[in-house]
Amino acid sequence: MGPFLETLFGGLMVGMLYSLVALGLVLIFKASGVFNFAQGAMVLFAALTMARFAEWLPHLTGLNNKFVDNVLAFAGAALVMVAMAWTVQKLVLGKLVNQEGITLLMATLGINYFLEGAGQALFGNDIYKIDVGLPKDPIFLFEKTFQGGILVNQEDLAAAVIAAVLVAALALFFQKTATGRALRAVADDHQAAQSIGIPLDRIWVIVWAVAGLVALVAGVIWGSKLGVQFSLSLVALKALPVVILGGLTSIPGAIIGGLIIGVGEKLSEIYIGPMFGGGVEIWFAYVLALAFLLVRPQGLFGEKIIDRV
Amino acid sequence: MLYRENGQFKTSYRADQQVFPILQDRIAIIVLLGLAVVAVPLLASEYLMRAVLIPFLILSLAALGLNILVGYCGQISLGTGAFMAVGAYAAYNFQVRIEGMPVIASLLLGGVFATIVGVIFGIPSLRIKGLYLAVATLAAQFFVDWAFLRIRWFTHDTPSGSVSVAGLSVFGYPIESPAQKYVFCLAFLLVFGVLAKNLVRGAIGREWMAIRDMDVAAEVIGIRPVYSKLTAFAVSSFIVGVAGGLWAFVYLGSWEPAAFSIDRSFQLLFMIIIGGLGSIMGSFFGAAFIVVLPIVLDNLPQLFGIPIDTAMASHLTFMIFGSLIVFFLIVEPHGLARLWSTAKEKLRLWPFPH
Repeated sequence: MGPFLETLFGGLMVGMLYSLVALGLVLIFKASGVFNFAQGAMVLFAALTMARFAEWLPHLTGLNNKFVDNVLAFAGAALVMVAMAWTVQKLVLGKLVNQEGITLLMATLGINYFLEGAGQALFGNDIYKIDVGLPKDPIFLFEKTFQGGILVNQEDLAAAVIAAVLVAALALFFQKTATGRALRAVADDHQAAQSIGIPLDRIWVIVWAVAGLVALVAGVIWGSKLGVQFSLSLVALKALPVVILGGLTSIPGAIIGGLIIGVGEKLSEIYIGPMFGGGVEIWFAYVLALAFLLVRPQGLFGEKIIDRV
Repeated sequence: MLYRENGQFKTSYRADQQVFPILQDRIAIIVLLGLAVVAVPLLASEYLMRAVLIPFLILSLAALGLNILVGYCGQISLGTGAFMAVGAYAAYNFQVRIEGMPVIASLLLGGVFATIVGVIFGIPSLRIKGLYLAVATLAAQFFVDWAFLRIRWFTHDTPSGSVSVAGLSVFGYPIESPAQKYVFCLAFLLVFGVLAKNLVRGAIGREWMAIRDMDVAAEVIGIRPVYSKLTAFAVSSFIVGVAGGLWAFVYLGSWEPAAFSIDRSFQLLFMIIIGGLGSIMGSFFGAAFIVVLPIVLDNLPQLFGIPIDTAMASHLTFMIFGSLIVFFLIVEPHGLARLWSTAKEKLRLWPFPH
């Protein structure tokens, strides 16, 4: 029972990180119909910015308070992500309005390459550490319930709390603020939203900025767990099966899809992996998503796709 | 003035259905073929052939295959690298396990196996489409990558899937020097180019295009989506598989699964987007652009005498590459092929446009 629960727990943690990346994807897709391939690169870029700012700031300001440095670095990185959102909208997507979906997808692939190159050109290509002071020691849970209990990283628990807070904050933002209402209106129907005076341009900048901030949070959590390096943007490819499993237009779908894939991946590696010589988790997510799509093409929570002639 | 079709009357159905209906085009293509077949192997330097022309030919072939699927049938695929890998490793197995197997037969059989895998991973396209399908084809990419890395039988029990072939020969002629390799690849490209061109302008090509434009409407007018989509997957993966075999056998010589990673799939997708979706000519333009661009970018700093270290250069290449893709999409979303046809339109009226 112990090892199974531990694997399950580990899977949930990884899945939560997938969910965070997928969340950014869904936000942008819902609001602008752009399938943002660059979300992974955004995570890498944001994490690199944060890591390097945190490293440079003590030298610049002379402050040696880790908390203040981290907060400043986070704020700086957040500003960079907002600036990036604005630039993307002005220079790229604003010029591609009314193009087909595949053209927009390709444009985000271009952005993906640019961000990967720019991030490493500006901030270097070593492995960097983000240390935001998350507790590191593992603890045992449920020791009383059964023999041995299960081993859990406190860091993972803290990350889960941060992610939950982020999702709650996003939900509040979408449900309770005027901007959030405008965002939902645009997601529902572009033309109708524009006709009642919602400025599409500004909304898209906001959506990209929010997706950038989500990417930053994902990058910080991931970076403090595994270090900031290029592979971050590759791991983010896993967000793709997550969104199609959950449904491209559904925020709960992104979260539940991420958890399913995280858990499925870890369990399959432990229980099916040895049969094939390991490495099953490389493709498990994709094949699971593929098999699922055959039964339910719109994903778990996606809107039903209706064709009209 | 020179490019004018006045007085060229089509008096028979044959004349009306030619691939190049304009006399000047036919002359140009014959001259181009003459240059490619005779002049280039004699004159081009070894470096030019090894670094530019051979990759260009093979990747054009792969882009041609992908363009049939994505450009003509509208099924987005991110698994091209996987189909190339299947072609390459299947051809390798035939070459190694069967004594005296002709190279061409191995390559074509590799294509057949790529077709089988392509059709299997194409089956979901009957239920899902668009972006969902794009992600579904990623399953092919990662599964195949993994299979060649882990399942020893496919790679003839070599560790980590790195294999090599040597001493290729066709009908007694060795394929050793760059010039011989060039001619070998060119022959494949020409045969498949003519085949593809005639497929897409025939009945089946029209079915593909109908499916691409609107599959429900196509179904209503009596086109079988199962048949059209799966044939597109089959033809496309066959060509891509053969290209994969050529890439492995002729260009690389020894290779491992990483040669056909997801980056290769993206690269090929870029080629057809930049070249022009739904255009045979576009595949060639795109391949040329993507093959030449990194070489130019690598050499530019040295040309201007700017000292730059290799890591920085590769990051800059990424950035310029990304910006160029975006630039192209904004300026000409239909790709280089559209620029080419616009230029031809202009040329017909030059120097007296009305």
